Amino acid sequence: MRKQALNILVMLSLGVLFSCNTNSGGYNNGQFSSGGTNDLNPDGNVIVGTPAEFQSAVGDRVFFGTDQSNLSAEALVVLDAQVNWLMQNIDYVVVIEGHADEQGTREYNLALGARRASAVKEYMVSLGVAGSRLKTVSYGKERPLEICSNERCYAKNRRSVSVLDNLNF
Amino acid sequence: MKLKILLFSIVTFFTGSLFAEPLRIKITEGVIEPLPFAAPVFVAEDSGGRDYSKRLTQLIAQDLTSTGLFREIPSQAHISSVTSFSSPIQFSDWKAINAQALVVGAVSVTGKGKMIVKFRIYDVFSNAELGSGLKFSGTVDGWRRMGHKVADVIYTRLTGESGYFDSRIVFVSESGRKGARKKRLAIMDQDGANVKYLTDSADLVLAPRFSPAGERVLYTSYETGFPQIYMLDVGTISRQSLRNDEGTMTFAPRFSPDGNSVVYSLEKGGNTDIYLLNLASRRTKRLSSAPSIETAPSFSPDGSQIVFESDRSGTQQLYVMSASGGSAKRISFGQGRYGTPVWSPRGDMIAFTKQNRGRFHIGVMRIDGSEERLLTASFLDEGPTWSPNGRVIAFTRETQGANGSSRLYTVDISGRNLRVLLTPDGASDAAWSPLGR
Repeated sequence: MRKQALNILVMLSLGVLFSCNTNSGGYNNGQFSSGGTNDLNPDGNVIVGTPAEFQSAVGDRVFFGTDQSNLSAEALVVLDAQVNWLMQNIDYVVVIEGHADEQGTREYNLALGARRASAVKEYMVSLGVAGSRLKTVSYGKERPLEICSNERCYAKNRRSVSVLDNLNF
Repeated sequence: MKLKILLFSIVTFFTGSLFAEPLRIKITEGVIEPLPFAAPVFVAEDSGGRDYSKRLTQLIAQDLTSTGLFREIPSQAHISSVTSFSSPIQFSDWKAINAQALVVGAVSVTGKGKMIVKFRIYDVFSNAELGSGLKFSGTVDGWRRMGHKVADVIYTRLTGESGYFDSRIVFVSESGRKGARKKRLAIMDQDGANVKYLTDSADLVLAPRFSPAGERVLYTSYETGFPQIYMLDVGTISRQSLRNDEGTMTFAPRFSPDGNSVVYSLEKGGNTDIYLLNLASRRTKRLSSAPSIETAPSFSPDGSQIVFESDRSGTQQLYVMSASGGSAKRISFGQGRYGTPVWSPRGDMIAFTKQNRGRFHIGVMRIDGSEERLLTASFLDEGPTWSPNGRVIAFTRETQGANGSSRLYTVDISGRNLRVLLTPDGASDAAWSPLGR
């Protein structure tokens, strides 16, 4: 089931790799937060098992409702694929970033982002990813991805982003 | 960068009329008509004094008018001129221009850079001095601070309340585009002068808070990649980590009124609660234990209670609990969400941020939640902080959209006199120091 979802996502997402690989929403200073050219083979295709593939084929983020931290059906599909990828690429650990939109006070949004990141972590652990591979951090409303002040942007800012780091580098 | 400690000697050198009916502006209900005053340029008693007398007098007048409680009568309208500090006052000349209060002063500077400021305040319509004349001395480098101290005395004489001009504000200076803001801690005088940066912008920093004596600042930094609380010495700019436990995030720190403890939020496994850290023993105590978000704690000035926000009811609301933790009483019951409560220095009120119908407000209420009043409204107002005398609230206002930015504002607790506090760049998360820092 999960594998099927992954394959569909691979087909859907490969075409948009180059348009979306510059801003991952990852801020842990990790070199793997965005798909760099190192993750491409000489033909310009994504190398399997790299952060670029994770981002493009799996999807590194899921979205939340206003003031919510529960995982939607769409979010579960993405997280299933993330878990699948992490099971196959055991050299990677993840920092799960939780973010909020700007409609809220600073402290509350920090706590809300932590709830979101934690919901993602708990789900991944429930599917068998070792908790030791998963860290969480909240940025609250400090790092919006979209900067307009309406629901179109807010919906994209209420997110968690799974930022990869390779233990061997 | 060493903070200069200025020593001031305060000498009462003249006793004014003790029996005059005091000139007093009542500011409990919010003043509609500001009290007119005249402050002719302080007499320069030597060549050194000439370099400072005009600037100093302007600063004092500016402090007073910035409150919205006083209005300066411009010097062009003056009939009398003050050429000597000891000349008799021609009260009729000041009455004629309706100056109710008159400030007369003199400045001199010795060869060693020592500045002396003398001043007297007159109640014009009583033909009498208000209180007694004062003399301040300090270094010329600290002339602004001396001016603020003079203005504080005038404010106190005219209002009966303590002043707030000789105080500072620590805040987060912001630059860069909205999606990738650079933030660093900065400190400045309450009027926006003397901005100094306390951290660089390499790491995201949030919400600095002064210690009760003003010599230390608590804040949250992403230095380790994860938000954790730090304490910084303002004089030496040296900092120390207070909490850094793997798998947790700490934020929203504030000092206890005795400065010995820090109350803060700790998040673990997605749940945020309130903890107390003893700075000497480094022992911590958990004050709240609920699956909901408990954050933004603030002590009552007597140290016995803590106000905080929680979403245990389903939305953000304000609660008060004992400083030793335990059960809490909800105090906010109006429409909308309430956050970032801050206990007033007088102990009788709580300032807060309110969100209702897509707007943000700064408001105040009694400590039992009654008499709620909203002072501001905008797309995004948040993070109130009290002036040391409890008369003014500074807060962050952020404008909307892709080009939105944050600035600091001040507002009188009557809701009047909304003003921008000018800063070199964008600014947020202000915290006001105690009086005299």
